[in-house]
Amino acid sequence: MALSLRHVATLVAPVALAGERLLPVLPALEPLLPAAGLRRGSVVAVAGSASLALAMVAAATAEGSWGAAVGMPTLGPVAAAELGIVLDRFPLVPRTEAGGPGGWPAVVAALLDALDVVVARPDRSVRPDDARRLAARARERGSVLVVVGGATEGAAGRAAGGAAWPAADVRLTVARAEWVGLGGGWGRLRGRRLEVVAGGRGSAARERRVALWLPHPDGGVAPAEPVPAVARPAGVEERPA
Amino acid sequence: MSRPVRTLVVWCPDWPVVAAGRPGTEPVAVVAADRVVAASVAARAEGVEEGLRRRQAETRCPRLVVVGHDPGRDLRAFEPVAATVESFTPAVEVVAPGLCAFATRGPSRYFGGDAALAASVAARVDGVLGETSPSGAPTCRVGVADGLFAAERAARLGTVVPPGGSAGFLAPFPVGTLGDDELADLLRRLGISTLGRLAELPVPAVLARFGPAGAGASRLARGLDERPLAARTPPPDLAVAAVLDPPAERVEVAAFVARGLAERLAQRLADRGLAATRVRVEAETEHGESMARLWRHDGGLTPAALAERVRWQLDGWKTTGGLSLLRLTPDEVRPDDGRQLGFWGGDRAAAERAARALARVQGILGAEAVVTAVLDGGRGPGERADLVPWGESRPGERKLGPPWPGRVPPPAPASVHPAPPPVEVVDASGAPVGVTGRGAASAPPARLSIAGGAWAEVTAWAGPWPYDERWWSGVRGPNAVAGLRGPNAVAEPGSRSRRARWQVTTTAGDAHLLTVEGGRWSVEATYD
Repeated sequence: MALSLRHVATLVAPVALAGERLLPVLPALEPLLPAAGLRRGSVVAVAGSASLALAMVAAATAEGSWGAAVGMPTLGPVAAAELGIVLDRFPLVPRTEAGGPGGWPAVVAALLDALDVVVARPDRSVRPDDARRLAARARERGSVLVVVGGATEGAAGRAAGGAAWPAADVRLTVARAEWVGLGGGWGRLRGRRLEVVAGGRGSAARERRVALWLPHPDGGVAPAEPVPAVARPAGVEERPA
Repeated sequence: MSRPVRTLVVWCPDWPVVAAGRPGTEPVAVVAADRVVAASVAARAEGVEEGLRRRQAETRCPRLVVVGHDPGRDLRAFEPVAATVESFTPAVEVVAPGLCAFATRGPSRYFGGDAALAASVAARVDGVLGETSPSGAPTCRVGVADGLFAAERAARLGTVVPPGGSAGFLAPFPVGTLGDDELADLLRRLGISTLGRLAELPVPAVLARFGPAGAGASRLARGLDERPLAARTPPPDLAVAAVLDPPAERVEVAAFVARGLAERLAQRLADRGLAATRVRVEAETEHGESMARLWRHDGGLTPAALAERVRWQLDGWKTTGGLSLLRLTPDEVRPDDGRQLGFWGGDRAAAERAARALARVQGILGAEAVVTAVLDGGRGPGERADLVPWGESRPGERKLGPPWPGRVPPPAPASVHPAPPPVEVVDASGAPVGVTGRGAASAPPARLSIAGGAWAEVTAWAGPWPYDERWWSGVRGPNAVAGLRGPNAVAEPGSRSRRARWQVTTTAGDAHLLTVEGGRWSVEATYD
């Protein structure tokens, strides 16, 4: 009985091509999202890593979607380009006004109207009402809002920033990050192993932990084996002869 | 925002008349499709103007000699002039028959300034014009200004506009000089009669009201060039070449080969979604003579247009032997946004929707608030990208390749701090870490505190990587790289900087790019 009901459900489901409802993400990021892509009309909150937020939208801009970054004056365009974002289709609005028609919520709403994906770091003036209104706007227009939170304030702010954003369908939080390539006075930053906790509501409610190379030492984003529980004390390694 | 390239323009007035081989003292009109396209001085004195119908022109001046228009003849006749200008610099662009341009940066230094260069070019070209058509002795006019548009205006007046003076120079010209009649008419009816008035209008408002055409006009009126300032250098494999064996004795044969080459080139460009705005046509004869010429067309050269230009070029070239090699190299390319329709036209529609929304945001926050990033050469992460206001023409990405030794290696940091926050870095004993005279760390950094925040343990570090920019200017100062940009950059004192970069990771899992300069530490960028 249950089986046949499920069968009926697939028959009566509204017909929509997957490509219309999903924006593509890089293959290594697919395990983070319940639909293996950015579902149009959804809000994704990313906490703890600006580069993770940029990587989320890289594949979409590369495949012709338009995106924008709002309220991120520190965003490094070179890093964005290295992650695969097409800068021609990714204009930046580094600063917004304190409120009114030029305030953060109004600018984000205007861009959600027209672009496929908007990456935004909320400023202090954003209220829960605004968050709900923006989520409704994204749902109505079929665009995706990626909210970046708490990346530069260290571990404490990291936990608060993205998690505090109400009305997020998917939450991605960096649980652990470890850089490789840098030693005690030698080497250079090459790659970073990230452990990302993905949660949310609806189909994303089940918590998943995904290990990623972001960036991989050879460039790009790649899946990784989980970070060892005890981080390697890189500082005590000897300089190779 | 970099200034447009300082450009010298050579303009030969009434070129179609000169090319027709008629003396300027005779009333002559060159007519195409029943309209006058050019008239001699004598004809103009009788009231013959461009755009008149043939019958009207003949009514105004009964003695008028009417000559049919032949673009090929115009270009053939122009070839000696272009060759003469080429003796000053190899990178001469033929904009149109009777009009050619080149960047003055190198030649002007050699000849002792723009004015001296202009005088010297004018004298040389006048000499050639006197040789080819001794009867009317037509003369050329030479102008120098920032940007092609201003330089063309300057050439008509035969003046040299000082660097940075293009906007002021253009201000009194009527909007009709923009060459867009429809737009000019609209502007005039709105009471905007001169380029100066147009330049005063806020850019977002112009963009919102008149669209990209208006924004382009506004750029021109402000003394900025409409065309990309530094077009992307195309990959070398876009060049197409054909070896002619046996060598082609007749121009028709070579033209046929050129047509095939042009189509192959167009196909290669289309595969990459590019359009060529400047193409170099090189030809060699069996006797080893060679000739190269640059052809410019802002709308992108179609195969037919390119093949025609190759033919004109070969027509005007007197060789001693048959043609053995023909090569077409796209010299400047830009993304071809005009023809890349998506499936169902979707891409174009999305781009237009995005442009409207961004223009609206610009209307609220100001033009500079919405920017698009263009990657550029440079060493530090902040120097490698230029931010260009949205809606202004996006210069092509410049060479990112090798000539940046000492560049911070990839991956690039995702956060680059516009105002680097100060950071305290101490060693295990709590003493500040510095750089010794030999460029080594005075002690391994152990802890750091950003902007007076909590102390974090340093888990790994590397550095210092000293970099000494503009060491030749001798004086220390904050303006490290900015002065280097632009074609007319003048070495200014006070721009030397001696700094060192470090990479550190902390127990919090953060990785930073730190800079130390004169004992002061700051966080240049964060890898987050």
